[in-house]
Amino acid sequence: MSPTSAPSKDRAGGAAPDSRKAVRGRVARRHPFARFLVRRIITALLLALGITLVTFILTNLVPGDPAAANLGQRAIGDPAIVAQWRADHGLDKPLPQQYLVHLSGVLHGDFGQSQQSHRPVADDLAEFVPATLELAGAAILISLVLGVGFGVVAALRRDRLADHILRVTSLFGISVPTFWLALVAFYVFFYRLQITPGSGRIDPGMTPPPHATGLYTVDAALAGQWDVFASAAGHLVTPALVLALYTIGLLTRFTRSAVLEVLGQDYVRAARAKGLPGRVILFRYVLRPALVPVITVAGLAFGSLLSGTVLVEAIFAWPGVGQYAYKSATSLDLPAVMGVGLVVGVVYLVINLIVDVLYGVIDPRVRLS
Amino acid sequence: MSERHETAAGNGVLAIEGLTVAIGGKEILRGVDLTLEPGRVHGLAGESGSGKTMTGLAVLGLLPHGARVSGRIALAGRDLLSLPPKQLNAVRGAEVAMVFQDPATSLHPMLTVGRQLTEHMRHHLRLSRGEARERAIDLMRKVRIPGPEEAIGRYPHQFSGGMRQRIAIAVALACAPKVLIADEPTTALDVTVQAGILRLLRGLCDDLGLAVLLVTHDLGVMSAVADEVSVMKDGLMVETGPRGQVLVEPRHAYTRALLESLPENAGNAAAATAGAEPSEGEPA
Ligand SMILES: Nc1ncnc2c1ncn2[C@@H]1O[C@H](COP(=O)(O)OP(=O)(O)O)[C@@H](O)[C@H]1O
Ligand SMILES: [Mg+2]
Repeated sequence: MSPTSAPSKDRAGGAAPDSRKAVRGRVARRHPFARFLVRRIITALLLALGITLVTFILTNLVPGDPAAANLGQRAIGDPAIVAQWRADHGLDKPLPQQYLVHLSGVLHGDFGQSQQSHRPVADDLAEFVPATLELAGAAILISLVLGVGFGVVAALRRDRLADHILRVTSLFGISVPTFWLALVAFYVFFYRLQITPGSGRIDPGMTPPPHATGLYTVDAALAGQWDVFASAAGHLVTPALVLALYTIGLLTRFTRSAVLEVLGQDYVRAARAKGLPGRVILFRYVLRPALVPVITVAGLAFGSLLSGTVLVEAIFAWPGVGQYAYKSATSLDLPAVMGVGLVVGVVYLVINLIVDVLYGVIDPRVRLS
Repeated sequence: MSERHETAAGNGVLAIEGLTVAIGGKEILRGVDLTLEPGRVHGLAGESGSGKTMTGLAVLGLLPHGARVSGRIALAGRDLLSLPPKQLNAVRGAEVAMVFQDPATSLHPMLTVGRQLTEHMRHHLRLSRGEARERAIDLMRKVRIPGPEEAIGRYPHQFSGGMRQRIAIAVALACAPKVLIADEPTTALDVTVQAGILRLLRGLCDDLGLAVLLVTHDLGVMSAVADEVSVMKDGLMVETGPRGQVLVEPRHAYTRALLESLPENAGNAAAATAGAEPSEGEPA
């Protein structure tokens, strides 16, 4: 480094943090919501780091020798081959070092090599994760719209016919096991009635849409291939509904009681006393506070919805990450298991982040405190 | 009944006659008569559960579900009890407004003060966004909220209890109603800010010619601001008349009992409330 450049560098280094702090202070004062958002995102990133550590440790605690699971019977008997295999996969190094190697790989998008598919885990995930995201995303969307909608109707028509019907339906949705429902739906709608397309994401004769997001419905719509879109949506709707039913039932019940609770609040009576139209009172005064407990439950329910994908994918032959996870876990394909664990953990994080941010969007007392 | 009451009843802006309310077979109001006049504060006292709040809610058609109502509530020639829902909704907030007991729960916690002030103005008076905002700032000034331009962007939890009740009063006044029903507007507040709220109500009543029904179980509050006083017991009006008469020479045994049950007698309480300095601020 040249001697002339050193002082200027020092000055810059000394000034930057101060001015940055000042800017941050101003941003915080003018945009309390931005500060709230930044805080939540930083927390989420730290948690993501934690997830890499936890998945790594858990995966290494699993009893069983990956070498034994991946080498043939004959090779296992030869210590030299086993040692070579372990060295190839970095398993001879101490655990902390293995973690750092793993972490730096993850940060570069390298999740290691799947011992089963003999492909980079990242490639496998890129293939299977979008299918699961499409299925789970559709189920989440359906359960939000229907669950909240039904709950509001049930509350507004309390103790009338619609409320009774919805009570029975939601109880059914909550108590029926997802795998049973999946089997019955597949049997009835596809095999017997033949009104839904069969397994997979798209009709067998059709070429998938050009890859943009990996979600077939979205990609087909982006490309304007409406026949492909119709086929993809048709394949999606039954498994997504099956997956969503539990959450629909849960959200219906929670939304109903939350809306009823808010309807009894003083501020709703005060809003009525102002002579506002019913629809303004419902959407602005009632629904908003009622959504707070609903969002909490929804965030938790989406977690169990994600684990439900494993079964639904198996029954509808949906080529998603659930099946990949199952195969990797049973064959002790550690890089693949860690990759899946990381993806699932990050999805949970994102759901939690969205829930947290929604609290702030809905309730000023959260974001201004 | 006094002469003054008789003459006033003729030109009352709101006249309640023989109002009965029953919920689930239980008679809550049993023939209530009450007349409100412009520019006058009518105090309504009575022990808790006597039906004061129900009387106020009946005027706005906001009784609990399943309530059966009969009688007459006349507002400028119309009977509110037989008005179709849509027309009744046009009366609420626009001609008759209500201030509730606890401003901590009667203002929506998730909407800005400005929105809660302007929403019904825009609906009833068909104001533009800008006009409504101007008017909201005026109202905030009228109820003496400091820094009204900035205050309308804030949320209720950012104000003190007394300030919140002032805001609730501003919300009630936004559409220039003729009748204001204030249901125990100071009960939930610190003693130090009660006098300020009462003075504000009294001033608004005088300046705007509002007819005010001031519900309270505090006879001290009553004697400080009310022109007329009614006393309720078990869903019935047991006494009505000018303040001086009812509070000083009560005719009904129940009113006497109520007066005697005050920790200090009513005269002292009245002096204490009325004596608070008008310029006295309240903790922010
Ligand atoms: N939602 C309700 N359903 C049935 N009865 C009620 C309801 N609310 C109040 N009441 C009854 O109505 C009576 C009058 O209540 P209220 O007008 O609130 O009294 P006050 O305001 O004078 O304290 C009380 O006996 C109370 O128990
Ligand atoms: Mg009451």
